Amino acid sequence: MLWNAVLLALREIRRKLMRSFLTILGIVIGVSAVITMVTLGNGATRSISDQISSLGSNLLIVRPGQQLGPGRDSAGAASFRVADADALRSQVSGLAAVVPVSGKSVTLVAMARNWSSSVTGSSADWFATGKWQLASGRIFNEAEERAGAAVCVIGETVRKELFGGFDVVGQQLRVKQFSCEVIGLLASKGQSTMGNDQDDLVVMPLRTLQRRLTGSVDVGSLMISVRDGASIDAAKNEVTWLMRERRHVSPGDNDDFSVMDTRQIAETLSGTTRVLTGLLGAVAAVSLLVGGIGIMNIMLVSVTERTREIGIRLAIGAREGEVLLQFLIEAVALSSLGGVVGIGLASLASIAGAALMKVPYLFDPVINLLSFGFSAAIGVIFGYVPARRAARLDPIEALRHE
Amino acid sequence: MSAPLIALSNVTRCFGHGAAAFQALRGVDLSIGAGEFVAIMGPSGSGKSSLMNILGCLDTPSGGSYRFQGLEVAQLDRDQRALLRRHALGFIFQGFNLLARTSAQENVELPLLYRGEPASRRRLLAREALAAVGLEGWGHHTPAELSGGQQQRVAIARALVTEPSLLLADEPTGNLDTERSREIMALLVALNRDKGLTVVMVTHEADMAEYAHRIVRLVDGRIASDIRTTPSVCSEGAH
Ligand SMILES: Nc1ncnc2c1ncn2[C@@H]1O[C@H](COP(=O)(O)OP(=O)(O)OP(=O)(O)O)[C@@H](O)[C@H]1O
Ligand SMILES: [Mg+2]
Repeated sequence: MLWNAVLLALREIRRKLMRSFLTILGIVIGVSAVITMVTLGNGATRSISDQISSLGSNLLIVRPGQQLGPGRDSAGAASFRVADADALRSQVSGLAAVVPVSGKSVTLVAMARNWSSSVTGSSADWFATGKWQLASGRIFNEAEERAGAAVCVIGETVRKELFGGFDVVGQQLRVKQFSCEVIGLLASKGQSTMGNDQDDLVVMPLRTLQRRLTGSVDVGSLMISVRDGASIDAAKNEVTWLMRERRHVSPGDNDDFSVMDTRQIAETLSGTTRVLTGLLGAVAAVSLLVGGIGIMNIMLVSVTERTREIGIRLAIGAREGEVLLQFLIEAVALSSLGGVVGIGLASLASIAGAALMKVPYLFDPVINLLSFGFSAAIGVIFGYVPARRAARLDPIEALRHE
Repeated sequence: MSAPLIALSNVTRCFGHGAAAFQALRGVDLSIGAGEFVAIMGPSGSGKSSLMNILGCLDTPSGGSYRFQGLEVAQLDRDQRALLRRHALGFIFQGFNLLARTSAQENVELPLLYRGEPASRRRLLAREALAAVGLEGWGHHTPAELSGGQQQRVAIARALVTEPSLLLADEPTGNLDTERSREIMALLVALNRDKGLTVVMVTHEADMAEYAHRIVRLVDGRIASDIRTTPSVCSEGAH
């Protein structure tokens, strides 16, 4: 009986192919949107944590302001100075390098082309700490650092956009109003999550940046690498205490800066994407609900159209429950068909989207099963009212219906 | 004789309410025993179909009592009446009432489906029933592809395929030519005689009524006459 009802439902769906397709469209879109959002979100989260942990677990980043992530308040907090980096270097034990970092967005000009990018000012340790390799040339030396020499190392994207096929080492690059010599080219790291191109940068000595571009002695953040074997937590504590002292934070007050290790940064960032993923998924789930209402609407129309058929079935001896089941199964078949098509569509969209966003494609069986189950449940919920209406028809009235 | 198969006493059926109310049946007393072959005649609008619907447990009386196999039908719930229709009754409707866009074969299989017969047996029985009404080989045609008479024969096959104990036929030969009508009547007579099928048949045609053992005349929702006859025609080609 059940199997017959399923066959009957499928035949009814095939009979009205166009209408069935339009009916399930809402479910298809809902299911595929939910799955695609969640799958891409998972990929992005994974990619962020991969990227950050590739920096190694012995990295600390000190920033002004309280927390990284949403709601971070750095507006009131004072920036660092180079002296802070020096103090950390000399007073905290177990540190391999303390690297002050500042940045600024600028327009670069070379060979009659221009390109918007960002300039990082730092020390020579920046390259090793950030795990950068050189493709050609050299990095700046201590003398150039101290003097604030007009030299820079550029990333692959900048080379491509400005210099094309030419050898870049020895070329002149105009950064805002001053000209600086390109002394090295960084090996490409590729695109990061969220379309963030890691190779789109210019690195110069911190002093050069401060004098010629920002005109201040502020330092944006401090990168600290902890010596292998030394305790990260101990280093973190010591850095925190020293920075509190230097920034005159009274005991009992909160830090006006944050010290985070790479694991924490990865967690905070992926927490943000997780929240976003959840929100987008919720929006998509609403479209599933709308799809359910579409199914109810069409099933109600179908019951009215097929009143005579229902009358015949009842007259021949179908029980109320059997007619109810027939229409319920039809609604569930419709909605789960929508679920299946949606899953297929979501797979295509996720694979394409993952390739486009340069994040890994992670098939998530849970969300796929869940969406399918949800779409079937929508068929039951929204199919029930029409099915009950069909089952409660009076056979005589139904047979007289035209 | 034990309790009759059908016992109606003072059955009324009223449609509508208030000023628009219409009494289709105004107190019908009728009892039909198992194995009888009854013809119901009467002018159009006299309440024949209304009476058949009540006999077929599709409808319940507004007043009075209807007992089928000793059961008071009004006291059964919807599902119990459905099961009664499924297992004991065969109904040939005045308007055929075949499922549209569904083959003749499947239409005939439908009551077997609700009885839970396995697919192979359904197919076999339906094919036999179609052959019995002269529609061998027409199984895959849908009602839209069949003539009125052929549709009526599919409806007859559907009513007979379950071998019911009571056949209710509302003008079963209304769309058939004399030749076909005779064949169908011969089939019903044979089933009545050999298998003890009880037949209640509405007809307008006196020739068809002659196949019955008893003729009930309905006028304005009341029984005007109830005459037992010796059937003058028992087989084809008499007279
Ligand atoms: N469901 C209904 N609602 C309202 N009136 C009805 C209903 N069913 C039947 N009637 C009325 O009851 C009367 C008897 O109808 P019925 O169908 O029983 O007549 P009939 O004897 O079968 O006529 P015919 O020979 O034309 O088929 C008619 O006047 C009809 O209008
Ligand atoms: Mg009638």
